[in-house]
Amino acid sequence: MTWETVIGLETHVELATRTKIFCSCSTAFGGAPNTHCCPVCTGMPGTLPVVNRKVVEFAAQAGLALNCEITRYNKFDRKNYFYPDLPKAYQISQLYLPIARNGHVPIVTEAGEKEIRIHELHMEEDAGKLVHDPWIDQTRCDYNRCGVPLIEIVTEPDFRTADEVIAYLEKLKSTLEYLGVSDCKMQEGSLRCDVNLSVRPLGSETFGTRTEMKNLNSFKAISRAIKYEARRQIELLEEGKRVIQETRRWDDNKDATFSMRSKENAQDYRYFPEPDIPPLELSEEYLTSLRERQPEMAEARRERYQREYGLPAYDAGQITAQKALVDFFEETVALGAPPKEAANWMLGDMMRRLKDEEMEPKDMKLTPANLAALIRMIAQGRINRNTASRVFRAVFPDNADVETYVREHGLEQVNDAGAVEAAVAKVLEANPQTVSEYRAGKQKVLGFLVGQVMKQLKGKADPKAVNAALRAALQ
Amino acid sequence: MNGLRNLTALQLGAAIRRGEVSIPEAVETALEAAGEAGCNAFITFTAEQARKRAEELQKGLKDAAGPLYGVPMAIKDNICTKDVKTSCASKILGDFAPPYDATAALRLEEAGVVSIGKTNMDEFAMGSTTETSFYGPTLNPWNRGHVPGGSSGGSAAAVAGRSCWFAVGSDTGGSIRQPASYCGITGMKPTYGTVSRYGLIAYASSLDQIGPLARDAADCAAVLDAIQGQDPRDGTSLSFEAGGLLASLDGDIRGMKIGIPADCFGDGLNAEVRSAVLGVADVLRARGAEVVNLSLPVMEYVVPTYYIIAAAEASSNLSRFDGVKYGWRAEGYEDLVDLYCKTRTEGFGAEVKRRILLGTFVLSSGYYDAYYRKALQVKGLIKEAFDAACAKCDLLLTPVAPTTAPKLGESLSDPLQMYLSDIYTVSVNLAGLPGLSMPCGFDAAGMPIGAQLIGPALGDRNVLRAAYAFQQDTTWHTAAPAMAGKGGSEL
Repeated sequence: MTWETVIGLETHVELATRTKIFCSCSTAFGGAPNTHCCPVCTGMPGTLPVVNRKVVEFAAQAGLALNCEITRYNKFDRKNYFYPDLPKAYQISQLYLPIARNGHVPIVTEAGEKEIRIHELHMEEDAGKLVHDPWIDQTRCDYNRCGVPLIEIVTEPDFRTADEVIAYLEKLKSTLEYLGVSDCKMQEGSLRCDVNLSVRPLGSETFGTRTEMKNLNSFKAISRAIKYEARRQIELLEEGKRVIQETRRWDDNKDATFSMRSKENAQDYRYFPEPDIPPLELSEEYLTSLRERQPEMAEARRERYQREYGLPAYDAGQITAQKALVDFFEETVALGAPPKEAANWMLGDMMRRLKDEEMEPKDMKLTPANLAALIRMIAQGRINRNTASRVFRAVFPDNADVETYVREHGLEQVNDAGAVEAAVAKVLEANPQTVSEYRAGKQKVLGFLVGQVMKQLKGKADPKAVNAALRAALQ
Repeated sequence: MNGLRNLTALQLGAAIRRGEVSIPEAVETALEAAGEAGCNAFITFTAEQARKRAEELQKGLKDAAGPLYGVPMAIKDNICTKDVKTSCASKILGDFAPPYDATAALRLEEAGVVSIGKTNMDEFAMGSTTETSFYGPTLNPWNRGHVPGGSSGGSAAAVAGRSCWFAVGSDTGGSIRQPASYCGITGMKPTYGTVSRYGLIAYASSLDQIGPLARDAADCAAVLDAIQGQDPRDGTSLSFEAGGLLASLDGDIRGMKIGIPADCFGDGLNAEVRSAVLGVADVLRARGAEVVNLSLPVMEYVVPTYYIIAAAEASSNLSRFDGVKYGWRAEGYEDLVDLYCKTRTEGFGAEVKRRILLGTFVLSSGYYDAYYRKALQVKGLIKEAFDAACAKCDLLLTPVAPTTAPKLGESLSDPLQMYLSDIYTVSVNLAGLPGLSMPCGFDAAGMPIGAQLIGPALGDRNVLRAAYAFQQDTTWHTAAPAMAGKGGSEL
């Protein structure tokens, strides 16, 4: 039998507001435990939440960018459950009137174009973190993350492959980054994804029993978890067993999912309207002003880069896929670097370094100003391309100043004809055999001689000048 | 200093400004009286802080000091006071001392009052008698065999027993007005949203409101002038023009229309209470008010609606008391769930547990629509009925409670009967309106009777104006229980 995999996503995204959703504590990641909290976000008795309007603005902007209908009359609800990372024993969320509904996101995969429907987007507060200390066998609570604003974006079950899921997440990430509403760092937990997955015989109209997978900390993990879980369910069904509706935890080391809790043990969250927060009304004027302030998104920018800068479609697409690259590119160009040169360096040397270091563009120290300086030095003929690549590798980790580095390492190009001629003479004298071979018509040994001269000059010469000097000397 | 103890808060404030009484003298008088009263009105005395503050205030006394400057008062133990134990009269909070002040407490401090301590109450404000306190019941100063009412029973007893000049309490379903009535003092629940709830440990967030318990309407007005006003820390606090209540009291209520809802004077109302409350209408009429009869056909729904909504919110609000972060923690637990269960089983009293269970039930999946959602709808209808009644008159006059203060131990044996006695007060919270309780007589046993004035939303001023006018022509509010003002313990 041919099986079809059906997937829906619930994505939690931390919003990049400076302060928390219901108090003025910092949202900064990390910090010593319990240093970014106050009586409000730790739910001390008598304290009250007051909504951060920036959170509403960011959530509405995200809703608009995902083509959702925005709810004018917003309410918050309480989701009640006991857990030590949730100091009020309820999470303030939105159940009955989420801020955005009925959106859609176009995605492109190798299989073609497709539209993913957004069921809803709602605002809520994050919980704290429990840190287990195996040394003393105690669990400690860190409430720094309590009250960090989140939006949860729930799709319809529209995905059929892991590729579609990844394409959607890339698109979502890029959209939120363009809006500037989240930094979407998966490794810091600011973008977290739960995957609902079921399988059914191809052509079937009804859905199979689904499982929900948690603890997916990278796109790679999501992709592998989807493949694993689909196979697990298909095997169960083919053996005549049934899939149990449950929450499963992905274990990245074991490359498998494990049962966390079944539906029978599902909690009753006893949702009810949050009485401490009055309803929020969003006016038409407010939404209009948000629409007008929406930034230029990826597609528009990609077209503009092709049109204005003459970048190849592929390059423009690569850069616009990530807001951090767009920002870097535009700043480098603004500092005088030719756009094509800037793009080449970014997509070549820079991407290679990022890949080798397993880094995200937004985490690198290298600045556009430094790359622009490097490009300028090549254009001025002060360093050659090979040297520039070396310099780039060297300054990349700590953003060491390019000019200083070149000067301190004596890497400026040798443009002194006398020095080149002297080196040529020395090399010819040391390699009589090769010289004879060349003169006998074996032209390809010239490359070896060029290399030897460059070595003499410690690579700092212009290879074209060396080539010309050698040819002249061998005449 | 009997004379001193029988002054109103405003009279004492004036005497302090005139230099006739020093603030330390007033504080010593209060501490001594509170110590001698023997009504168990206080959970915590803050004598040392009060003495120190009295000295500082005395030094800072200026001619332009406010009307309550230097006046000793008390704060209900569910209102957070920085570094001072705030227990909600529950075992589960242990010796919890919050690192912050409630906004209302801060505003009172700015007005220059001196808190002498934290008053007893029903545990988490759940109860009508102050008998559910972990710290034992408060006794009624008029007769120690009777309850003072609740849940702000400690505040009411402290004021009635002349241990302090006023107190602040909280009112979720009558918790200021009913004990004020049982103790023969004046108490007011202002319009929902006019006093910040920041720092008030929540029972039912949509109904809770802080207000004064005092000797008379003028004192209540002065306290509300100090504590009312929008607070950026409370999203439900209203934007409105606060202040000026005290200045508005002129005794002139000519043309004011007082509505008497027949639905509040039917079966179940004690005859002595009924006649004393209706007597208020005669006094107001004699002062030039117009009295009209009207109907309020929602009274049969108010008690069930209140107990569903209040219990639901309470079940969620009280979930944070789990022994993990602060307060009291049970010993000998095996794991996390056991820690929760043991702490909450041992830490909460029976009435609190009853309401948590009720609230958890009405919010459960499968029952939410039948109970909670329906209660919210009925709440809307109750509000509409009150709005309609308020459109026909300026104020409503009703009883506060069907009877005078019951005897100790009588109520807890029959919680349902106790819930039903909240009928005249809970509707005011459900509709978010201002309501005031003032003394209007005594029953044959010598226990005080209270009358309730209810105004439209943000109509707090007219409520106080009418009560003030009434108190110009009556002396019920000046009567003191025999034990008070004598400085002795002959009772």
